[in-house]
Amino acid sequence: MKKDNILEVNDLKVSFKTHSGEVQAVRGVSFDLKKGETLAIVGESGSGKSVTTKALMGLLPQPHGFVKEGSILFDDKDITKLKEKNMQAIRGKEMAMIFQDPMTSLNPTMKVGTQIMEGLLKHQNLGKEEAKIKAIELMNLVQIPNPESRMKQYPHQFSGGMRQRVVIAMALACNPRVLIADEPTTALDVTIQAQILELMKDIQKKVDTSIIFITHDLGVVANVADRVAVMYAGKIVEIGTVDEVFYNPKHPYTWGLLGSMPTLESDEEELFAIPGTPPDLIAPPKGDAFAARNKFALEIDFVEQPPMFKVSDTHYAATWLLHEDAPKVEPPESVKKRIESMDHSEEATR
Amino acid sequence: MSQEKLLEIKNLKQHFKLGRNNVVKAVDGLTFDIYKGETFGLVGESGCGKSTTGRSIIRLYNSTDGEVLFKGENVQGKKNKSELKKFNRQMQMIFQDPYSSLNPRMTVMDIIAEGIDIHGLAKNAEERKAKVYELLETVGLNKEHANRYPHEFSGGQRQRLGIARALAVDPEFIIADEPISALDVSIQAQVVNLMKQLQKEKGLTYLFIAHDLSMVKYISDRIGVMYFGKLVELADAEELYKNPVHPYTRSLLSAIPLPDPIYERNRKRIVYDPSQHDTSEEPEFREIGPRHWVLCTSKEFEEYKKEKQNTVTN
Repeated sequence: MKKDNILEVNDLKVSFKTHSGEVQAVRGVSFDLKKGETLAIVGESGSGKSVTTKALMGLLPQPHGFVKEGSILFDDKDITKLKEKNMQAIRGKEMAMIFQDPMTSLNPTMKVGTQIMEGLLKHQNLGKEEAKIKAIELMNLVQIPNPESRMKQYPHQFSGGMRQRVVIAMALACNPRVLIADEPTTALDVTIQAQILELMKDIQKKVDTSIIFITHDLGVVANVADRVAVMYAGKIVEIGTVDEVFYNPKHPYTWGLLGSMPTLESDEEELFAIPGTPPDLIAPPKGDAFAARNKFALEIDFVEQPPMFKVSDTHYAATWLLHEDAPKVEPPESVKKRIESMDHSEEATR
Repeated sequence: MSQEKLLEIKNLKQHFKLGRNNVVKAVDGLTFDIYKGETFGLVGESGCGKSTTGRSIIRLYNSTDGEVLFKGENVQGKKNKSELKKFNRQMQMIFQDPYSSLNPRMTVMDIIAEGIDIHGLAKNAEERKAKVYELLETVGLNKEHANRYPHEFSGGQRQRLGIARALAVDPEFIIADEPISALDVSIQAQVVNLMKQLQKEKGLTYLFIAHDLSMVKYISDRIGVMYFGKLVELADAEELYKNPVHPYTRSLLSAIPLPDPIYERNRKRIVYDPSQHDTSEEPEFREIGPRHWVLCTSKEFEEYKKEKQNTVTN
């Protein structure tokens, strides 16, 4: 492993056995996570972003889901090969997860305080009193008012935003080195979402953990991420720093994602929609999985999968358009206009 | 866009009783008009009463008080069956969740034709079939889909079915309650484009309820912002985003994350504090500029008007 990497994923392939065949949900994903950074994984439902993180946590649904190939290195150990018992020592302690729906990820019959203390008692060998003090500290950290009385309440007595704070407190309980947040704000209102995002950034500064942030909302990505990986049909199609991916996108799918969101300034007649639907991953297409929906597709796209082409030291994209023999293609007008308009907003804020 | 009022909502109230002394005022005195051919966007956070408003307008709830006039005719209150039927043909709804709003045991053909059957719009089976095929094509599906069941479709396709079902009885007015929030980004754009195109072709009027403010801005002509059962601001879409006046609208707009990293790094969020208002006076809905209404007290009204003039002269 490289020195400042905390996690390395190499050519990870995850499949599910179903009645109609093997669903190849993740088809060769490689990335690394550096210390203290936030990596956002974006993609549509079914792109494999959640499955990737479930594999990281060893939470693939059994017995259908399995890691078919590849490795996940954490502390120089391949955690895909670990026994469940050894994985339990990592899960919750070294790597913790925040789930999308705060309504279902808390136990409705357990007091909130007890749920936060659970991890402390199990992993930290704390006594009950110490765990209680730590739990109150955590609730203060996530800014839940009156923690002493709130910890005796049940989840249904909390609002959605407050519940998500509880979930974050639980995840932070054992000072994890990696925090995986799977759409943590999708179920929340915009104003509450803004609060939770600010809170997460704040906490990251204080406790210095690395975050993998899964979302389909590009606005949220722009807000929280240092680096972005765009996933499509079980593969990473573009990865780079947040500025590179938003201001200099190279993959037609990224263009599509950016173009399909209206800007607040825009008054264009029609949104740039990506036609069609994602491919069936039981029988993934032979070449580039996005080719059928891509108006810039080349002949080779239907024959051979594109490798990752280097754009800069940190920016890579898997599209044949970056091959030196490929015709020069410009992003669609709407995407170019959007990027230009963002330059304006840069001047305005200065 | 004409200035002909299609729908007038006057002091609409929807209160829910929860036990003896506990009344939830989900919608508390709404007054606004929807013009023919426009898209009226209704935004607000969960629990502000925006969905309840939509459901009260279409009589899914019996409203507690107030009037809803559709082409000058009250749609609330007691009605006999034939009156209801007539009204139901003019107003249709598209629901948020494309998974639970389609009966899983009916074929697409029967789902779409249900309205056609109820209103007797097809003389025979042939005509019924032809109508369904036509509707499927209108929403970008094809006639082979007619004999399938909802589970065979993706989220975006199901929402297209929901739209086809709403269109089946040739309505003039469609209430779309968060029609795209359950869909993926790339599919959202497809559905929004479809809705816009249908509006142009058929001259439909939409009430578009959503919490995704950038999409609402994109599709709407006018936007109303709701907070705790009341409209706090109503203006043309451009105007509302450029010159928001009510502090709640400002805070809501400042919370939208935009896909622009540099903007996001410099974003200043405005926090709304309801106690900043003077509570000694009951706020009223007043027009501070042309077609721009804000809920305010008389003192705030003067301030807002001054601010407004300043922005205009600048």
